[in-house]
Amino acid sequence: MSDKVVLLEMNNISKEFPGVKALDDVTFKVGTGSVHALMGENGAGKSTLMKCLFGIYRQDAGEILLNGKKTEIRDSKNALDNGISMIHQELHPIPFRSVMENIWLGRFPLRNYGFVKFVDHQKMYRDTKELFNGLDMNIEPDVIVGSLSVSKVQSMEIAKAVSYDSKVIIMDEPTSSLTENEVEHLFKIIRSLKERGVAVIYISHKIEEILRIADEVTIMRDGKVVGTWPAGELTNDLIISRMVGRDLTHRFPERSNVPGEVLLKVEGLTSPHPKSFRDVSFELRQGEILGVGGLVGAQRTELIEAIFGIRTIAAGNIHLKGQRIRIKSSKEAIRHKMALLTEDRRLSGIFSVLSVLENTLIANLFRYVRCFLLDEKRRKNDGEAMINLLKIKTPSAKTLIKDLSGGNQQKVLLGRWLLTEPEILLLDEPTRGIDVGAKYEIYTIIADLAKQGKSIIMISSEMPELLGMSDRIMVMCEGRLSGFVDGKTATQEEIMRLATQFMA
Amino acid sequence: MKKALQFLSENAIYFVLVVLILVIAFVDSRFISITCLRDILVQSSTRVIIALGAMFAILTAGADLSSGRMVGFAAVISASMLQAPTYLRLFYPDLPKLLEAVPLLGSIWLVIPILIAIIVTTIFGLLNGFIISRFGVPPFIATLGTMVIVYGINSIYFNLPPNNSQPIGGLRADFTGLGTGAFGSGDFSLPYIVVIAMLVSIFMWILMNKTRFGKNTYAIGGNINAAKVSGINVARTTVAMYAIAGALYGLAGVLEAARTGGATNNYGNMYELDAIAACVVGGVSTTGGIGTIQGILAGVLIFGVINYGLTFIGLDPYWQLIIKGIIIISAVAVDIRKYLTKK
Repeated sequence: MSDKVVLLEMNNISKEFPGVKALDDVTFKVGTGSVHALMGENGAGKSTLMKCLFGIYRQDAGEILLNGKKTEIRDSKNALDNGISMIHQELHPIPFRSVMENIWLGRFPLRNYGFVKFVDHQKMYRDTKELFNGLDMNIEPDVIVGSLSVSKVQSMEIAKAVSYDSKVIIMDEPTSSLTENEVEHLFKIIRSLKERGVAVIYISHKIEEILRIADEVTIMRDGKVVGTWPAGELTNDLIISRMVGRDLTHRFPERSNVPGEVLLKVEGLTSPHPKSFRDVSFELRQGEILGVGGLVGAQRTELIEAIFGIRTIAAGNIHLKGQRIRIKSSKEAIRHKMALLTEDRRLSGIFSVLSVLENTLIANLFRYVRCFLLDEKRRKNDGEAMINLLKIKTPSAKTLIKDLSGGNQQKVLLGRWLLTEPEILLLDEPTRGIDVGAKYEIYTIIADLAKQGKSIIMISSEMPELLGMSDRIMVMCEGRLSGFVDGKTATQEEIMRLATQFMA
Repeated sequence: MKKALQFLSENAIYFVLVVLILVIAFVDSRFISITCLRDILVQSSTRVIIALGAMFAILTAGADLSSGRMVGFAAVISASMLQAPTYLRLFYPDLPKLLEAVPLLGSIWLVIPILIAIIVTTIFGLLNGFIISRFGVPPFIATLGTMVIVYGINSIYFNLPPNNSQPIGGLRADFTGLGTGAFGSGDFSLPYIVVIAMLVSIFMWILMNKTRFGKNTYAIGGNINAAKVSGINVARTTVAMYAIAGALYGLAGVLEAARTGGATNNYGNMYELDAIAACVVGGVSTTGGIGTIQGILAGVLIFGVINYGLTFIGLDPYWQLIIKGIIIISAVAVDIRKYLTKK
C-alpha cells in the first residue's frame, strides 16, 4: 500500500440487520493497481461490505472515499457511474436474452433515426465481439444466455464487469464455477487490469488462489476487520488461524451423551444433479451428535434434505436399524421418526402470522382430532407443556410467533418436531441469526436430546459450534465427503483444510 | 428427430392454429374462404390491441385486470362526443351548435374525442404503473382496484343527464366508418380496423425488439435484480409500460365503439380475461421475461378461430367455453413445465 496511491477508502462502516450486527466499524483501503483480497468465514461480513460499496445496501454509519473525495453511493447505477463495478456471487443473468443484451443492459448503444432512437444491434454485436476478443474469450454475442454452460456465464459476467471501464472492480467468488484453465485466464485478465491501474477487490475462500493473485489481504471475522497484511507475509495456516481465531471457553454446555449402536447408515448417496452431492457414506449412532462442516456450496443442505425425502436420489442406500429404507417424501421420513429443522426459519419454518401454540402443534394435528374436530383442551395443555419444557420466552401461547426473538422462534420449531417423537433430528444451521445467549439455550436442548438417546445430525458453518457440540464432524467440499474428524480433538484448521480439499 | 421435436415445441402455438383451422375446415369446407378469414380478422382486431397492452403486465410476472373496463370507458367517452347532430337522444345536446359556431373545430372534431379517450386511459395506465412501482402493490391487486374505479367513473359519466344511462347510439358515419369501412370492396377488401391492428402490431414489435425500453422490459421481467444492479430505472420503465398499455386499451375502446356503432358502460366487460388468455396461449410466460408479439397475434387468432369457427360448424356456444378453458390451462401447464425442474 505504501507505494501505491489510495484509491478507495471505506471508513468506520457499520451495518445492522434485525438482530445481527453485520458490519461493526469496518475500515478498508484499496490502492490503485492492486489486487486486494477480502477473506473470512461465511457470515464474516465480506459480501455485506461489498454490497454497501456497490449501493445494494446502505451503511448505517461510516463514509466511502473515492480518490480522497467523500462519495455517497445511493444505488447500483450510482456505483457504476462512480467507476465501481461488481461480479456478483449470487445474481443470475437474464437467461432468456442474448449474451450481448446481458452485457450492455442498462447502457445499450443507440442510433438516431431522425427523431427516434433505436438500439444499435450491429454496434452492440461489434462491441461485444471486441470485448471478448480483448479478453481472449470465446463466446458468441448473440446466443441466448440460458444455453451457455455455467462457466461461460461466469466468464460473461467477468467481461461485463470489465466492460464498464471501472476504477474498482469487485469480484465476489468469481471462480466458483470456473475450470482450472478459466481461472488461469481470469488471473491473466486481472493482471492486465492491474497494469491499467484498476483496483480489484477479490473475495474468495480459495486460499491458494488468494496467495497467488492478491497483493494485500484483509481478513474479516464477525463483522469486524481482523487486519490487513501484504499477501507475501501470509501463509495458508496463518490465514486460516486469523479467519477462525475465536475464544472457545464456556460457549457450550457440558455434554454427557454416550453414542451407542449404529442407527442410520448412508451408503454412496448421490444426487441426480451433477453439481450436487455425490458418493456420500456415513454412519450415525444412537445418542450421537454428528456435525457436518463445509463452506457454502458444499451441498450439505441438499444431502440431508435428500435423506429426509424431499430431494431426489440417483444412487445409494439408506439403512435404518439395519433395514434398507426408501424415503420418497417428508411424510415417510416423519413416519420413520426423522425430523428436519430447515436452514431458513422464515422461508420454510415458521408460520409467521400464526400463534406460538399453532406453530408448535401444526405437524401433529392428527393426534388431536376427535370426531372431525380438534380437542382444544389437550392442544392447549400439550402446547403449554412444550413452552415450559423448552423454556420458550413468550407472553402467552396465543402470541404470534413473529413477535418472538429468533432464538425463541427456533425453540418453537424444535418443539414442533419433538412432538412428533423423532429418533433422528436433522438440524440445518440451528443457531443461524440467533444471539449468543439464545444459542447457549439451543445447545443445551440439543445436548439433552442426545443424552436421551436421540441421534442428531447438525449442519453448521460456524466452526466453534461444530467443535463445541459434535461427537464427530463430517466435512464436505463441493458435494464430496472430504473426511471425518473427532469433535474433541479436531482443530478449526483441520476442518478448514478438509472444507477446501477439492477446490482448484 | 430431436431437432424436429424441438422445432415443433418451440412453434407449437402456430401448429395449434393451423390444426384448428384444418379440423374446422374438415367438418365444413366452406370455412376456408376469404369472407370467413376477414370476419375472424375483424373480430380479432381490437382483441389484438388489448392483448398487446396486457402483455406488459404478464411479461413482468403480473396481470393487468383493468384493460376491459378501460376499453369500456374509452368507448363511452368517444361515442358520447361523436353522435350525429341529427340524432334524437344526444349525450351533449349543445355540441352540434358549438361545432357549427367554430368552423375549424367542426372539421377536425372527429380526432379530438378519440384523443381525449386515449389520453384518459393513458392517465389511468400511468396510475397503475405508479401504484405498482411506488407503493409495491402487486399488479394483480393494483389493476383490480383501478378496474373497479374506472368502471365506477364510467358509470357516473354514462348516467349524466340527459343521457341517464341510455345506450349511446347514432354515431357519426365518418366515425363508424373507421370500424366498418375497408380499402377496396367485395371479396378482396381490407377493413380499416384490420389495418390499424396490423400497424399497432408492427409498432409494438419495433418497440419491444428495437428500442432500449423494450429490452429493459424483457430484462425486468427476466430478472428484476439483475436489471436493478445494471442501472436500469425499474420504476420509470414500469410506469411507462402501464401507460402504453393504457393508451392501447383506449385505442381499442374507440375502435369498439366505431365498429359496433354505439357504447354503454358495460362495453369491454371481461375483455381483460380474454386478453390475458390470448397472451398466455401465445407463449407469454407467466413467470416473466418471455413473450413475442407474433406469439400474441397467434394467441388472439386461436381464440378468434374458436369463436367464429365453432359457431360456423354449429357447435353449442357453451361447449366453446369449455374448449377455451381447456386450451388456457393446457398452454400454461405446458409453459410451466419448462421451469419445473425436479429438486
